[in-house]
Order: sequence, then structure tokens, then C-alpha cells
Amino acid sequence: MMRHIISVLMENEPGALSRVVGLFSQRGYNIETLNVAPTEDPTLSRLTLTTIGDDHKIEQITKHLNRLIDVVKLVDLSEGSHIERELMLVKVRATGAQRAEIKRCTDIFRGQIVDVGPSVYTIQVTGAADKLDSFLEAVGEAAIMEVVRSGVSGIARGEKVLSL
Amino acid sequence: MELLSGGEMIARAMEDEGVEFIFGYPGGAVLHIYDALFKSCKVPHILVRHEQAATHAADGYARATGKPGVVLVTSGPGATNAITGIATAYMDSIPMVVLSGQVMSHLIGEDAFQETDMLGISRPIVKHSFQVSRTEDIPEIIKKAFYIASSGRPGPVVIDLPKDLTNPHDKYEYNYPKKVKLRSYTPAARGHSGQIKKAASLLLGAKRPVIYAGGGVVQGNASEQLRVLARELNFPVTHTLMGLGAFPASDRQFLGMLGMHGFYEANNAMHHSDVILAVGARFDDRVTNTCSKFCPGAKIVHIDIDPAAISKTIAADVPIVGPVDSVLTDLLAVIREMREADSSLPDASSLKHWWSQIDEWRDAHGLWLKPRYDLSTPYIKPQQVIETLCKVTHGKAYVSSDVGQHQMFAAQYYKFDEPRRWLNSGGLGTMGFGLPAAMGAKLAFPDADVACITGEGSIQMNIQELSTCAQYNIPVKIISLYNGYLGMVKQWQDMQYEGRYSESVYENSLPDFVKLTEAYGHVGIKVTQLSDLEEAMKEAFARKNDLVFMDIHVDPHEHVYPMHVAPNGSMRDMWLSKTERT
Repeated sequence: MMRHIISVLMENEPGALSRVVGLFSQRGYNIETLNVAPTEDPTLSRLTLTTIGDDHKIEQITKHLNRLIDVVKLVDLSEGSHIERELMLVKVRATGAQRAEIKRCTDIFRGQIVDVGPSVYTIQVTGAADKLDSFLEAVGEAAIMEVVRSGVSGIARGEKVLSL
Repeated sequence: MELLSGGEMIARAMEDEGVEFIFGYPGGAVLHIYDALFKSCKVPHILVRHEQAATHAADGYARATGKPGVVLVTSGPGATNAITGIATAYMDSIPMVVLSGQVMSHLIGEDAFQETDMLGISRPIVKHSFQVSRTEDIPEIIKKAFYIASSGRPGPVVIDLPKDLTNPHDKYEYNYPKKVKLRSYTPAARGHSGQIKKAASLLLGAKRPVIYAGGGVVQGNASEQLRVLARELNFPVTHTLMGLGAFPASDRQFLGMLGMHGFYEANNAMHHSDVILAVGARFDDRVTNTCSKFCPGAKIVHIDIDPAAISKTIAADVPIVGPVDSVLTDLLAVIREMREADSSLPDASSLKHWWSQIDEWRDAHGLWLKPRYDLSTPYIKPQQVIETLCKVTHGKAYVSSDVGQHQMFAAQYYKFDEPRRWLNSGGLGTMGFGLPAAMGAKLAFPDADVACITGEGSIQMNIQELSTCAQYNIPVKIISLYNGYLGMVKQWQDMQYEGRYSESVYENSLPDFVKLTEAYGHVGIKVTQLSDLEEAMKEAFARKNDLVFMDIHVDPHEHVYPMHVAPNGSMRDMWLSKTERT
């Protein structure tokens, strides 16, 4: 069982997203993370999802996604070398000595404090999903008030592109 | 350039698309469309009595002709009633275009009268769907719908039409596209030549081969290519429930249906094979029995237009994605080339041992050599009814069925020699399919014999269509096997629940089917004696212009055999009668 990042180029049409999401629930597959937005060509959307499964299950998922009329092309980024990024916004309780400690921790993870209040910081961290997990662990559950993650985005390294 | 309203565009597009029949039912959201049909459309509309029947009739038409069936229903309950028929078509890959009305655009999402999210409800059971948002898009969307429904692996396509977009006062340019292209949809046109070569070598080296062919051969119009290839190779052929007729039943090389109620020789040939050529079949659970015990010695070549059907439940050794007709043609050409190039390759006679083994299985338990059912009871046997039907119609009728024991008896005992003659809901298993499907076939082929094999359970799920048959004079023959039970449910209750007939008994609640049929203006014949059966059936089919309902009382305790032993059985593990198993 391995985590896969599946990146889908699809028509930017109403209903397209619901077909993709529906396929997962209909066939009993899990979606760990999901994000979608239009590309430089506004008629196309790029959807990235992460899912966990053995080779057989991932093969079925990619075949069934390809079967959807709205899906133009897709790639399992985990099959080759790729860049993975996720954006996270975290609101943490930051008072007294903790303020300096959290600031230090944010610097270590190359995050940014994007909003400051008398007793809270809002921190932005980007990176691969496991880096974001590590940041949350480092800050500690007790301080965390709210976490918002974008879900994983990814792109292949080198010349390879997913386009029309 | 002509200006047309949305409703008029739909009516005109049906003509331009060459649609022969629209099966439908009017209602508020589609009134503009119905008015346009009334005023100008040359395509006849068949008013059914329930929207489920509209979809099944369109489906039966599509199965019999190969052309997409067309359905027109209103919003809300009209659309939801159509769902069962859409799901039936989806499971069996039948081309269909469903036009469903929708409330006016500005009311969508407001829980308006007769509003339902048809795109949402139908999403898992359609090949694709469209919601029209601009009237001027209607012609192109209709063209796309027909193209998607009938190309690649066929399936149903829904077009949801908000009422305001069909308003007669808003007119736009109408231009029906001759062709459409979708950048995100390009079904494979040919199989991969390297894979085809691999398959050819495997087939030529086979000592115990079998061809396992399914509904894809029928829907893909590859019956002829299958026949040529099978005969040239002298390979035995077995069909799934959906494939019947693609290879002629009367051919020596045909082993009968395989699977849960498959023939002894077919299931054994599969189990003991060394190479399986699977064509347009999907290794359904009703075929394979326990997947881990499936055909342990077999290498599998799997040809299918849908890559998702390959290696879904059973891994293929040589997968080939492509249209079955072109792949079989290419495969045959490669086999001929290889044989010409190397005369040491085994020829058809090399399968002598395999064939003598198959003939032994046939002699032991084959259903067609002699009756394997118990003739000691005083009742008409359901098997005898199908055998008589096959004899009276010379095996040439279009035969629809409902779902249950009668369906399996029909599949086992009606010998289909041609594709597109056997119309049944194999994947979804929809009771109520038979009569409307027969209507669709009879409308398409008015001069052909069309029979609906059913039971007193299934027929009551769409019996209201007797009225439609009266209105449009659709003289199908209904062969109803009356046993007083939901037969297949009872069989399972006999075999697995110690005969506790939980809600499978009608007691004295059934109507007099002869009188009921007569009330609709048709002819009813009741048969209770075997000695009357053949004459009565001949009379029914001699009445060319009458719908005849044959209410045939059969052995209430008969079971369908063979039957796979489940769970944990393999292909060859079967019950052969109530007391005998392999």
C-alpha cells in the first residue's frame, strides 16, 4: 500500500469535479487530499488528489478516471521524480515565552508569520505533506487552534508535462 | 439560416440524427418539447405507461438494432422513474440518449415543483451527462450525446433540459453538426500490434484452449469475425449470458453458456483450459465463481474496448485494448501469417484430445443431448416450454426476458444462432425489463416473431405496458411461466434457507392473466397440460396481429441446474440436480 499523487487534466465544465469525486465513493476508493483550479487555459482544470492503495487499486483508479469523458489526461506523479507542494495556514496560541519559540520554529521550517494578534500567530508553511506534518508536531498540539491545508499539488521534474 | 426554438431544435435534431422512435411520457417541464414534436416532428413517439418502460423499450430497440434508443421524460418523478432503465442500460453497455426535462433555470436549486437533481442522481449510472445552459448549444450537445452513447464502450447519456430553454418564443440559429470531436474522448481505434502478435503465439501453442465471449462481441458487431476465427482455429466457444447468439448455438464448437447456471461442458472446459481467449467479456462474479480458484492453469488473452474491464477481477496475461471487430480481424491475419511462415505450427487437428474430453463432458451432463430434467412429475417443465418456443419459432425469434428462473431456462434452452436476438438484463438483473424490451424490438422489426419470456412475478412489474401495446398495435407474444412463486428466490431459499419461503409465495393473490389480457383488448391462452403446449404456442404465433399472453402453468418446484457451488467453489464445482453435485 503506497501513497500516490494523481494529477488530472480535465475540462473546466460544471459537473466535472462531482464525477471525479463520485467515482471514488462509488467504487470504494479513498481520497486523502484533493485540490482543483483552472490552468493557464481557462477551459481546462488541473485536479490533484492523493490516495492510498496497492498497485491493482491504483491501476483501477487511473483506468476509471480515464474513462470519464471530462478527463483529458492524467498522470500518477509518484511513478516518476516529481515536486510535491502543499500550503498550510496554522493559527496557534502564542503568548509570553511561546511567541519567540514559535517564531523560531517557523523560521526553521521556512514558514512565514502572516498575521499577528496579541495572543495568536497565523503561520503559513509550504512544502511536501510530511514537512507540514512535522511542523505541526514541532509546534505541538496544545498550541494549535486551527489548521487549514490546501491538499497536495504536484508537477513532474524535467521536461515532462501534462498538457493537451 | 433557420431560426428554431429549443423545443423545435430537439424535434429537428431527432430527424437529423435518424432516430426511428422516441419512447416517452409528457409532463410540465417538457411541454414545449412535446408541442414541437406535435407540430413538426416526423419521428414517431411511443407513449408508454410508466417511464421505466420507456427506458427499457428504448433499450430493447437498441439491443435489437445496434442503434441508440431515445427516451424523453419530464423532470422530477419522470426522471427518477427512468433511473432503473438507465442503470440497466449502463450495466449492459447499451447505447441510449435520455432527454429529461428540468424546472426553469432560475428555479433550479429552490426545491421547485417536480424538481430533482437528475444529473446528480444519474451520475453513477451514465456514460456521460449534460445540462443545457444555453438554447443555442442544444444541437451540438445532442450530437455529442449520440456520439458518446454509441462509440467506444456504449452506454446511456442524459441531457437535462431546463424548461425555459425550450420556450417557443426564443429562437436561435439551428445547424446540426455532421461530426463532433471531443478532445477528452478518443476511444481506441485498433489493438496494439505487438500484443496481438503475443496473443497469436499463445493461441497457436494452446493444447486446451477456449474462447470465452461476452456481450462486447454483440455490441461491437464482431459476431462474424468471432465465427471465422473460432472455426479456423477449431477452438471451443462459450458465451456469457450477454454474448448468446454471437456464435451460433447450433454449431458443434459451441459449448453453451458458462457461469453460475452455465453448461457442465462449458464450465469444465474453462476450468481445465490452458489458454482462454476472452473477448468483450468482463469476468463478472456470475461467471468466475471464486476468483482465487478461477481456471488455475489458464493463460488469459483479454480483448476489450474498455481498459477498465481488463484485469479488474482476473489478471490478464495478454491485455488488448481495442474494438473487438478490428482486433479479431488483425488477430486472424497474424495467425494466418504465422502459419504460412512456419508449417510446423500445430493445425486444427492437434486439438483432437481436447475435443474428445469436451465430448465426454457433453455426453455426461450436456443439456442439449437429452433431457436432464426430471420427467416423472405431472407438470409441464419450464425447460420444455423454452424448447417448444425454440421449435415453434425455428430459433429465429427476438426473445426478451425478465429476471429469474425463466431467464436462465431461456438462456439455456433457446438456441440463438444470431446476435441481437437475445434481449435480457444481464448486469443489473431488472425485473420488468422483458415486456417493454420486446416492444422496442417489435417496433424495430415488425415482421419478426418477438417473444417475451417472463414469469408471473416479473411481468407484473411492467404489466401496464399491455395498454401501450394496444395503442400502437405491438403484437408481441408473452410466454409467462406461472409457478406461483418468485421462482429464483424460492430456489435459493430451498438450497440455503431450508425451504423457508420468506415472502416468495403469492398464495391466491394472482390475477386471472387471461382475463386481464383480454381486458386490455389482447388474446390470452392458458396452458396446463404438456399435450396442449405445442399447439397452443403455434396458435399464438399464427396470430400475427395479436398480442398473445400465454399463461403456462409449470412445475412449481423446479430448480435451474447446473448451478455453481458457492461460496468458495471453482468454475467446475456445480450442482447438477437437487441431489447430485460434481
